[in-house]
Amino acid sequence: MADAPLLKITGLTKIFGGQIALNEVDLVVEAGEVHGLLGENGSGKSTLIKILSGFHEPNAGELQVNGQDIALPLLPGEYRDLGFEFVHQDLGLVPSLTVTENLFMGEVATSHSGFFSWRAARVRAQAVFDEYNVDIDPGANVEQIRPVQRAILAIIRAIEGLKEIDKSNTESRRPNLLVLDEPTVFLPKHEVGILFDLVRGIVATGSSVLFVSHDLDEVRQITDRITVLRDGRSMGTINTEGSSKRDLVKLIVGHDLERIEPTPLQELAGRPVVVSVDRLSSSLAREISFDLHEGEILGLAGLVGSGYEDAVYSLFGSDRTASGTFVLDGRELDFGKHNPYAAKEMGLALVPADRKRDGSVADLSVAENINVTVLDRFFSGGRLRHGKLRDNARQLLKDFDVRPPIPTMDYGSFSGGNQQKAMMAKWQQITPKVLLLHEPTQGVDVGAREQIYQIIRSNLDTTAVLCASSDYEELATLCHRVAIVVRGRLVGYLSGTDVTHSKIADMCMSYEEEGSATAAAAALLDNAVGNGD
Amino acid sequence: MANTAGPTEPPTLDVAVPPRKRSRAWLEALALPIAWLVIIVLFSALAPQTFPTWTNVSSLLASQAVLVVITLALIIPLTTGDFDLSVAAVAGLSAVVAAQLNAVMHYPLWISLVAALVVGLLVGLVNALFIVVFGVESLIITLGMGTFITGITLWITDSRVITGVEKVVTDWVITKRMLGIPMSFWYALVLTAIVWYVFTYTPLGQRMLVVGRNRDVARLAGIRVSLVRAGALVAASLMAALAGLLLLGTTGSASPSTALDYLLPAFAAAFLGSTTIKPGRFNAWGTLIAVYFLVTGITGLQLLGAKSFVQYLFYGGALILAVTFSQFVKRSRAKSGA
Repeated sequence: MADAPLLKITGLTKIFGGQIALNEVDLVVEAGEVHGLLGENGSGKSTLIKILSGFHEPNAGELQVNGQDIALPLLPGEYRDLGFEFVHQDLGLVPSLTVTENLFMGEVATSHSGFFSWRAARVRAQAVFDEYNVDIDPGANVEQIRPVQRAILAIIRAIEGLKEIDKSNTESRRPNLLVLDEPTVFLPKHEVGILFDLVRGIVATGSSVLFVSHDLDEVRQITDRITVLRDGRSMGTINTEGSSKRDLVKLIVGHDLERIEPTPLQELAGRPVVVSVDRLSSSLAREISFDLHEGEILGLAGLVGSGYEDAVYSLFGSDRTASGTFVLDGRELDFGKHNPYAAKEMGLALVPADRKRDGSVADLSVAENINVTVLDRFFSGGRLRHGKLRDNARQLLKDFDVRPPIPTMDYGSFSGGNQQKAMMAKWQQITPKVLLLHEPTQGVDVGAREQIYQIIRSNLDTTAVLCASSDYEELATLCHRVAIVVRGRLVGYLSGTDVTHSKIADMCMSYEEEGSATAAAAALLDNAVGNGD
Repeated sequence: MANTAGPTEPPTLDVAVPPRKRSRAWLEALALPIAWLVIIVLFSALAPQTFPTWTNVSSLLASQAVLVVITLALIIPLTTGDFDLSVAAVAGLSAVVAAQLNAVMHYPLWISLVAALVVGLLVGLVNALFIVVFGVESLIITLGMGTFITGITLWITDSRVITGVEKVVTDWVITKRMLGIPMSFWYALVLTAIVWYVFTYTPLGQRMLVVGRNRDVARLAGIRVSLVRAGALVAASLMAALAGLLLLGTTGSASPSTALDYLLPAFAAAFLGSTTIKPGRFNAWGTLIAVYFLVTGITGLQLLGAKSFVQYLFYGGALILAVTFSQFVKRSRAKSGA
């Protein structure tokens, strides 16, 4: 390791409108290490990163890079000269362009020559992928490749971009800092390993990676050291080796988490069925049938592309490719004629996975976002009662522990966990018969995650839950039963003590590998399930 | 190496919005009305003989009633996220249809007026069919529709001005006065109040807002997005047809091309209006103020001797500045909230 650390931050402080976001934070990243930055949403991680990228001006603090003092705030774009590069959650790729076009976007943008050979670029792209030992088709459109390949592409693009700058600076090759800001959030769990191989390859060259995440397992798996932030303060830096998950949780939330016992399987057989799905097919799902009982949390698990989440969207009428029927309240309804308006009227509620795109309007207030489901309730005497609407939102923010509980604040200004709690409030207030969830805690910190589980459980007497998730741990914690979907078919259930992370994972994947035998097995199971009804 | 941080109290978050922020929001909301007062005072001082006279004020208020109503028509679909470039043409068609039926074909007045409104309604339905049902970009459809309607208008009138509409129309629009101001102004005021009421005090208004911001979110919140968008387009055309009748009453005749000149001023007023009263949202009172702010500036400059070209400078400049300004506000908000 070099004598001076690659990055040294001392006493970094940032205040937003009287609220302290960062309070004298210290952070040291050595050359050649993967350094984890952990903390709940709102703990100051993003603020710190945005100061490193020159987006925010800090109120106080010092920065050293390779032992040299650097003046803060950084100028726009200066981070590149310092050898920093950032890959954010959204990756910043253009889905409709090819892999090669995305890879060389920066080069094309800054090129002064009038001609750029895409044919040569494609060959170079292949060479780059070979160098990193990854398998991505340079000619494919980004929207066609797998999520993990997209993440890898974004990371490789970042590193290659820095190499270009190094070349033009003609300085000697120096280590760089790659900041990965929640890169795994949108990845299926079992593909994260591929990404980690790449990260290890990067630090082997002497560069460092600052790995920002709330996933404790991932951080423990990939990092050498971890710095924890809580409420804008640094809670210290620890070596990953020898630290337990419990230690980390304690540092992050400030106290031991209550041990959540998986809910015991209640006798569901005798309970009335709330909704019964009969042979649902969609673009991916193939004749899926199941019953959801009163008071039940039924999980849907499967690999990405298996169609495990389609039932959730189809039941809410938002999947136009859906066909088949379902029975709700004694009425038989056709998926093909279903729509979200009718779904809501029937007492269904949907919290979609992509809350930014499908769940909320970032530049409307949190109150307006929450109240959109109950507007008619507050229309009396010929006018909308704005005061009561605000009170309603304020009360819900309090009940669901959304912080800060300011109804007029823009929804987009809340942290991920608080946004998701607000989404739960938006739907729970209509006491739906069935709550449809897809990835309910994606991008949500540990503390808020527990609160969301608590919200789901405490409303079970009125609301049955159908939860599609790629997070098997989540399903194991939350669900009474988990239905496994493989290649569009529901191949079986896990229930009671069988609902564990590893069993779900095994079932989702084992069928996948068996190829043609799977179809037969699936058909058999299908029949068994069908006859059982 | 771990800090032995004691039992740290989480910083208590101030529930109230900081007072400085609140006063800034107020200033933002009232900037345009204040600017309006400033230019009124300024022109009164510069042209004390002509500007602050009752004749000037009342004619200024009455003559722009048509623009107010056309702008109101525009902000309805703008709120639900669609452009309607055909509103000015619809106003022209409506005026021509009423005039043709009444003055040339001698139908009773009420039939002529109702027919004009029905024509507006039909145009709105056709717009909605293409935009909502077929899913074509509203900008393109209404651009085409506006041109198409202008063609029909010229065809009906044979490119001539139609005169001879029953006098009762001009009586009830421009001749009769209340508090010394012609009725056309009061009609515009009533329509503004209606749009304000729907936008602010009905669930529909709130739903329109969500539809305009994000259709997917609106759909997944159980809002009938297609219905709301189609309704907004039909309401816009109907409102534009009303503006056409006001225009007929104001001039006493129907010219096939006069109404077209209102399109750009209406856009300028709509976007300028969205920077005030409720900044960031198209709103009725903001629209009213923006229209009169712009026309006060133009009239004042003309009284000081400027030629007619100033109105183009004013409306064009206002549109560019208003849109730019609202972008800046949005961005600075996103940054301070991040």
